[in-house]
Amino acid sequence: METAGQIRDRLLARFPGATISLLTNPGPAAEHSLLVDAAHGRAIALFLRDDPALQLDYCSNATGVDSPEKEIVETKKVSTPDPAGGPAKITEEKTTRTEPGYIEAVYHLYSMALRHGPVVIRMRTANRSDQVTLPSLTPVWRSCDFQEREIFDLYGIVFAGHPDLRRILMWDEFKDHPMRKDYVEPDDYEWEPTPHNEVLDRAKTHFAAPAASAPANAPAAPSTPAAP
Amino acid sequence: MSETPSSPSPLPGAFSRDASRATDPGLAAASNRVPAHVPFPAAGNISDAEREDLRRHGILLTSMEELYNWGRSNSIWPLQFGLACCAIEMIAAATARFDIARFGAEIFRPSPRQADLMIVSGTVTKKMAPQVVRLWNQMPEPKYCIAMGACAISGGPFKQGYNVLKGIDRFIPVDIYIPGCPPRPEALLNGLIELQKKIQAEKMSGPDAARHFRADAPSEHPIPDFGEHDLDPPHNPAVWQAPAITRPGKV
Repeated sequence: METAGQIRDRLLARFPGATISLLTNPGPAAEHSLLVDAAHGRAIALFLRDDPALQLDYCSNATGVDSPEKEIVETKKVSTPDPAGGPAKITEEKTTRTEPGYIEAVYHLYSMALRHGPVVIRMRTANRSDQVTLPSLTPVWRSCDFQEREIFDLYGIVFAGHPDLRRILMWDEFKDHPMRKDYVEPDDYEWEPTPHNEVLDRAKTHFAAPAASAPANAPAAPSTPAAP
Repeated sequence: MSETPSSPSPLPGAFSRDASRATDPGLAAASNRVPAHVPFPAAGNISDAEREDLRRHGILLTSMEELYNWGRSNSIWPLQFGLACCAIEMIAAATARFDIARFGAEIFRPSPRQADLMIVSGTVTKKMAPQVVRLWNQMPEPKYCIAMGACAISGGPFKQGYNVLKGIDRFIPVDIYIPGCPPRPEALLNGLIELQKKIQAEKMSGPDAARHFRADAPSEHPIPDFGEHDLDPPHNPAVWQAPAITRPGKV
């Protein structure tokens, strides 16, 4: 099978307007992946499936990856020449830039006909809040159906063109996306008779501190956990 | 069944309510003479050994309460209902090797209307919890609940998950807790025997009567709604309260 780099070169020749970048995997598996822009995603998927040299006819796995907004601090050394002729004064300048967050959909493709794979392709959303639409690859590979619904449920990517995009694990009224890194889970598991460590910290927020005059083993008033 | 003069009439019509008993002057006088609730066994002043001796001679002394509880405890019909891997152990308990039929509980009913016992066997996800409460509400009294396995008790290994109910006792009253992950079929049988003991000790009248004899005890519980972030309410305060932290000087 061609390497991911060769596949990318062929794709770029076939789709001149597409932006396809190679994301290398530094680990020993060296399973490199192709980051495909969402606008050409469906066409590229069809090409990968129908190309006689690849025939990637089976999508074994579709999953999501959440990358929240990152704040990157860069330190730059600036030397200011001393007007009196002395040694230049070196100051450090810190610049902060925010790398926008995104959610990725990752597809692992195999060829049953030619018995090779995997080829990993990824698509990224523009951000994590309002532009979370990606083209659905269910029309290309039928096995993406439930897995894209799971990504929609747990990560919140909206797959345009999916035949039946509903939540699959959580109930329909649920509003959150539990696999996102900024998900706040309902605060309902700290009820332990002998809490410790972080469970104790969480328990303290629910129990009023005992008054100094109260007996030490007086049960604190239970309070209902607040909804996040 | 035998009646001794010292025991109040435990016929089904007589244990309706204390108020109706007080209106009858004869019964009111009788209740002055003897304690209103004779402790088990309510068969006069003879001891258990004497009673057993009489039984060997073919004379059966018993009380309505004992007979009633004996019959119920030896014919518990569980709800045919499994949630996770604990259900496999429950199925194994019904097979020839473990044979739950030895204890009269082999008739797993596919309808809650015909079931006495709900064995919550497995993880209760928050998506499943309203259906479990609904099944419980559809069961007629007298009904009992066994929480089988760590998940049904407390959420078990999934306790810190966002999608798992941390114990079915947050919504319905549980009679027997069987720990284990999953419990062996023998453990389920042991839980069933403990439930039988509990049923046999139940009272038919008085302030500590069984739930199905008390008008003030609810047999149905509110079904939680699917909320935007969690079940609404997350637990039934009438059934479950968060345990108080009892670590002197620690919190």
